[in-house]
Amino acid sequence: MAILETQELTYTYSMGTPFEKTAVDHVSLKIEEGEMVGVMGHTGSGKSTLIQHFNGLLKPTSGKVLLDGKDIWADKNRIRDVRFKVGLVFQYPEYQIFEETVYKDIAFGPKNMGLDEAEIKRRVHETARDIGLSEELLERSPFELSGGQKRRVAIAGVMAMEPRVLILDEPTAGLDPAGRDKILEHIKRYHERTKNTILIVSHSMEDIASFADKILVMSKAKLFCYDETVKVFARAEEISRIGLDVPQITRVFGELKHRGLDFGKEVFTVGYARDLLLRKLGEREGR
Amino acid sequence: MLRDITIGQYFPGNSIIHRLDPRFKIVITILYIVMLFTGSSYICLAVGAVYTFGAILLSRIPLKMFFKSVKPLFIFLMITALINLLFMSRGNVLFHWKFIKITDEGVNTSVFMVIRIVLLIMGSSLLTYTTSPITLTDAIERLLSPLRKIKFPVHELAMMMSIALRFIPTLIEETDKIMSAQKARGAEIDTGSFTTRAKNLISILVPLFISAFRRADELATAMECRCYHGGEGRTRLRQLKSAPRDYIALGITILFLAAVIVLSRLF
Ligand SMILES: Nc1ncnc2c1ncn2[C@@H]1O[C@H](COP(=O)(O)OP(=O)(O)OP(=O)(O)O)[C@@H](O)[C@H]1O
Ligand SMILES: [Mg+2]
Repeated sequence: MAILETQELTYTYSMGTPFEKTAVDHVSLKIEEGEMVGVMGHTGSGKSTLIQHFNGLLKPTSGKVLLDGKDIWADKNRIRDVRFKVGLVFQYPEYQIFEETVYKDIAFGPKNMGLDEAEIKRRVHETARDIGLSEELLERSPFELSGGQKRRVAIAGVMAMEPRVLILDEPTAGLDPAGRDKILEHIKRYHERTKNTILIVSHSMEDIASFADKILVMSKAKLFCYDETVKVFARAEEISRIGLDVPQITRVFGELKHRGLDFGKEVFTVGYARDLLLRKLGEREGR
Repeated sequence: MLRDITIGQYFPGNSIIHRLDPRFKIVITILYIVMLFTGSSYICLAVGAVYTFGAILLSRIPLKMFFKSVKPLFIFLMITALINLLFMSRGNVLFHWKFIKITDEGVNTSVFMVIRIVLLIMGSSLLTYTTSPITLTDAIERLLSPLRKIKFPVHELAMMMSIALRFIPTLIEETDKIMSAQKARGAEIDTGSFTTRAKNLISILVPLFISAFRRADELATAMECRCYHGGEGRTRLRQLKSAPRDYIALGITILFLAAVIVLSRLF
């Protein structure tokens, strides 16, 4: 059974005013347990609105959101439990930091869950390690940290609740390439350790291609497609038509194919491209 | 949701009311308030109501929005009504129990007060609904400009007002975002007991203040980078020009005011 499911999910902002705007329009999809899903779409396509439904921050205007097959809005009083099961990290999450020490800020979520001190401590230390924050940082004030470190503190704050589904809204926005790679690296490692379901919203095809099992593409409030990474990038042309870029390397290989050098596979990452090319060169030399 | 707060919100449109010169609109609103408070009989209020609803119709803004603007002040209205009801000792006693005494005059005044305040809110909402905040402060600056002679910092005041107005939606949006982020971490903000809610308020206020200060800093730098140096010798992008319709609107308002004054003398 799918861990998360939406049925004809629709959400309209400012219903009944001149500012009315449908940001998510009849979206139905199923996300399976343990998957790593990349969420793409041009700006304003409704990605952030969609993911805020998964943990009940927004209530659908119409349609349903199911967690483990149960409608999350069936019992309004249990919505907080949903938020512990589905962790959501907002865009620029460092702006939500407020405690005096990094430790306390990471512990905020687990504390709200009503866990005991020992368990909170274990979780804070474990997630700090997962996200690459060293022990001595834990007692520092979060406001003295660098932007990238702050971002990681904020992500750890949600990870520490050990949600079954972790959703990150553009976790790498505004970071330099090194900071970006580090965060993605740590998220990937967290995924490997916990095998939890992860959704990452990202504008960078290169990033998404390198980690996602599946890709969800939003376009103009509608679900454009939701499929395995290979199959989505195979539709490179359609995707560029809705204003998104396929990874550069995919375009290079598309052009190569066009010119008669067919590798028979879709290529999205530079590493994979290198392997393919080396193999091809090896074949030539062998001949 | 916080975003649903409508008081002071601008509703873009192109109706005749939208197009009136904002300076005239402010003067008209002041006359309107005088009109509501001169009359002390229901007939005067009825004239005021006709004026209000006429203007609302002309503005083509759904009537619903005006009731929405009254809603946040509902409790205040009820308290005012209750005080009038309980402490009015004049008139015939309708109901007496221990120290509580309700008179017909008390009922009368509270109903009168409530209608008057509702009209007042609706009318002033019409001003803010049909005039963008920036235009509004522009007009205030113009109207107050004679005070500059007595060294009153008119421009600075207007600038502060427009900055404050400009940042209200931003801050509301920001509060909303921070609230959602903390709710995602299980903070109980609109549920839970009073003490947990109060405690969780800190988790919203701290980030909000930090971001407000950051914004203020950024804005100051940005203004300085563009060589802002106060009002001296500044020209404006949009000049305010009055048209015949402005004088007509003013004329109609004065007519209504005169009618109310005459009626209040008669009854
Ligand atoms: N609080 C709000 N009130 C009104 N409209 C909103 C609100 N939030 C978003 N919208 C509108 O809904 C649409 C979808 O917004 P959303 O934030 O979900 O897009 P997004 O795909 O996350 O974009 P981005 O890539 O820029 O983050 C946009 O057109 C936006 O203007
Ligand atoms: Mg977004």
